[in-house]
Amino acid sequence: MSEQTKSVFEPRIVAFLCRWCSYAGADLAGVSRMTYPPNVVPMRVNCSGRVDVGMVLKALEMGADGVLIGGCHPGDCHYVNGNYKTRRRIEVLRNALADTGLNPDRVRLEWISASEGRKFRDTMTEFTERIRELGPSPVAVEAGAHGEG
Amino acid sequence: MPTSRIGIFVCHCGLNIERTVDTARVAEALRDYPGVVHVEDYDYMCSDPGQVRIKDAITEHRLTGGVVAACSPAMHEPTFRRAAEEAGLNPYLFEMANIREHCSWVHLDREEATRKAIRITKTLVEKVKGNHPLEPIQIDHTEKCLVIGGGITGIQSALDIADSGFEVLLVEKEPTLGGHMAQLSETFPTLDCSQCILAPKMVEASRHPNIRVLTYSEVLEVSGYIGNYSVKIRRNPTYVDPEKCNLCGECSKVCPEAVPSEFERGLVERKAIFIPFPQAIPSSYTLDENTCLGLHPLRCSECAKVCDVEAIDFDMQPEILEEDVAAIVVATGYELYPVLNMGEYGGGDVPDVIDGLQFERLLSSSGPTGGVVRRPSDGKIPERVVFVQCSGSRDPENHNSHCSKICCMYTAKHALLYRHSVPDSEAIIFYIDVRAGGKGYEEFIQQATEEEKIRYLRGKVARIYREGDKVVVWGSDTISGQRVEIEADLVVLAMAMVPHPSTREISRTLKIGCGEEGFLKEAHPKLRPVESLTAGIYVAGAGQGPKDIPEAVAQGSGAAAKAIALLVQEKLTHSPEVVSIDEDVCGGCGVCVGMCPYGALSLGGAGTAECNEVLCEGCGTCVSACPTGAAQLKNLTDTQVHEMIEVALADV
Repeated sequence: MSEQTKSVFEPRIVAFLCRWCSYAGADLAGVSRMTYPPNVVPMRVNCSGRVDVGMVLKALEMGADGVLIGGCHPGDCHYVNGNYKTRRRIEVLRNALADTGLNPDRVRLEWISASEGRKFRDTMTEFTERIRELGPSPVAVEAGAHGEG
Repeated sequence: MPTSRIGIFVCHCGLNIERTVDTARVAEALRDYPGVVHVEDYDYMCSDPGQVRIKDAITEHRLTGGVVAACSPAMHEPTFRRAAEEAGLNPYLFEMANIREHCSWVHLDREEATRKAIRITKTLVEKVKGNHPLEPIQIDHTEKCLVIGGGITGIQSALDIADSGFEVLLVEKEPTLGGHMAQLSETFPTLDCSQCILAPKMVEASRHPNIRVLTYSEVLEVSGYIGNYSVKIRRNPTYVDPEKCNLCGECSKVCPEAVPSEFERGLVERKAIFIPFPQAIPSSYTLDENTCLGLHPLRCSECAKVCDVEAIDFDMQPEILEEDVAAIVVATGYELYPVLNMGEYGGGDVPDVIDGLQFERLLSSSGPTGGVVRRPSDGKIPERVVFVQCSGSRDPENHNSHCSKICCMYTAKHALLYRHSVPDSEAIIFYIDVRAGGKGYEEFIQQATEEEKIRYLRGKVARIYREGDKVVVWGSDTISGQRVEIEADLVVLAMAMVPHPSTREISRTLKIGCGEEGFLKEAHPKLRPVESLTAGIYVAGAGQGPKDIPEAVAQGSGAAAKAIALLVQEKLTHSPEVVSIDEDVCGGCGVCVGMCPYGALSLGGAGTAECNEVLCEGCGTCVSACPTGAAQLKNLTDTQVHEMIEVALADV
């Protein structure tokens, strides 16, 4: 069975969520029964600071149309300042991606706290829509992803 | 040895998962997945029968790992890991796939949700394949505790810990224990005398065999980690031997130098050699070297000349103590937001505009006026006093945005006590709201409002200025909409409670955070209110946020209970999911060392990085920065993450 139809493009997205804030925010969205598109596969990391360039590139290489990184708000990092390091790292990566011709909007960093279930829902919805607008990632197309589901 | 006999346990959670996710299909999709040898689904995996199923499967199928596809790991990871352990499997080989909060509860389309559930479960199977059995890290610890702050909160904490049989160092910056509670006249809502209930506690703390009281002392440095902190404390010289001092007070009488008394909030002066108040602990005089003419017998030494017991020693030196402690309770308390900052209320230039603690001293029978309310400018007994609540509080544009919580109550108390003390007087209270949440608090406010000569005026005070021998209060009554101008003899500002000025510095020394208003930050505002984010450091009292005495005492006891729970353990355990360094790969660049917020990484003798597992919290920031891949997080290595990403994006 096909995961997508010709008319609607269903993006594949991975989200790296820090355990203390964004993962917990996603849990809260669940407990509050908020609905959002099912395109995002979440993965738990201890800190957004654990998310390195290699992980994002690997996801893009394996056919992700978008990659989301969720961390604690500035000043709230459970590990003091891991999120600041991620912010710098991801900004550099986005610039580099732009240079290669890949739209940097495909990689997004968001601060979502454990109490922001609504923000998690909104972020998932908006990000999925944005990636849908951008269409399939050229890397994904080349790699032959988005074949039969 | 990577895990290869994995069991999959798909939970229906009644209908919570089953309604949107076809659990049978999830199980089926995993049946032939590489490495999986057993698959089952069940109504409630967390129930006792569910856990028995897991344990039986571990034994029967000789599982070397497992994934429970159910709710959030925040909910039941400990449950299933314990079950695995009971079946003889290392708990770190069991993981949870969150197909409820992150899937069935947030999606409507059963087909899409089922696919996503399969993907999520597969990512965790890949993780388990790369997991290694781990053992919690065991840490030895010392059996002493440090309490910073000798106010009522710190005293309570110290007493509770000491009563449990552990040694306590109680460090206080001022020359005496007691904190602000010692300054209060009577306490709301019961109106019992503050000194009378505090003094016995101070004495108990000072006499307790397990408590060492270090007054006039400061914490200079703190290093180490939970169970093993090293602290450096400076004992400032008091130049008076407390063992010899017999409190005759002759020294103070002859001392030629005087400055405003801190304890009396500047209402009177004290001498360079002084005792803050008669019940001070330790009961001894202190020579303030900044006020003294010079610690040299030739300069003055009048005090030493009259001291019959020869208690005064000008050669006393600061003493640096180095101590090892297992836990630290931070109870640094509050200060009042300075009247000086309130330009609109005279900014400290109008002598008869005072703050709440100054009024406490005027009401106190041991205060500078012997309990007769006399205004500072001319000593006259005021006939009309205006009290202004929320001074400097709830004013985010100009001052502080927070509510100081206790001012409604103590203003009512001030008005009542003043009215009782000066029979023909009138008390006018400006308020925004009256917040009286607390046992017996509303009743106390009622008592105040029923007094005929206490007038509650809802409104804000715009300006306060001096006119002749009166203080004019200019504001608005927001109920009648009228402008109000009142001529008062004395104005008492219920100033905002702010963190004690030392809070910021101590939070830096301890590497614990402060919130926006500068109060000490707790680990969780609801569920971990007395813990800081640093393991083994606890916060309590008004330094954590505005609070009244019962709350401060309760929090002091709460922090003590946390410290005791740590102290009674034979060994402390620490998560083993920490960083390891592959020495063969590490090039010794040292990038990781600078990344670690805990100082866990260092370059060792061999020129390669080393990780102190006890200090490592497992954030993995260094892993992301390591250019060679030598630094890896145990059970979440780059290889594992990459495998997880692959299946997350693969077709299902």
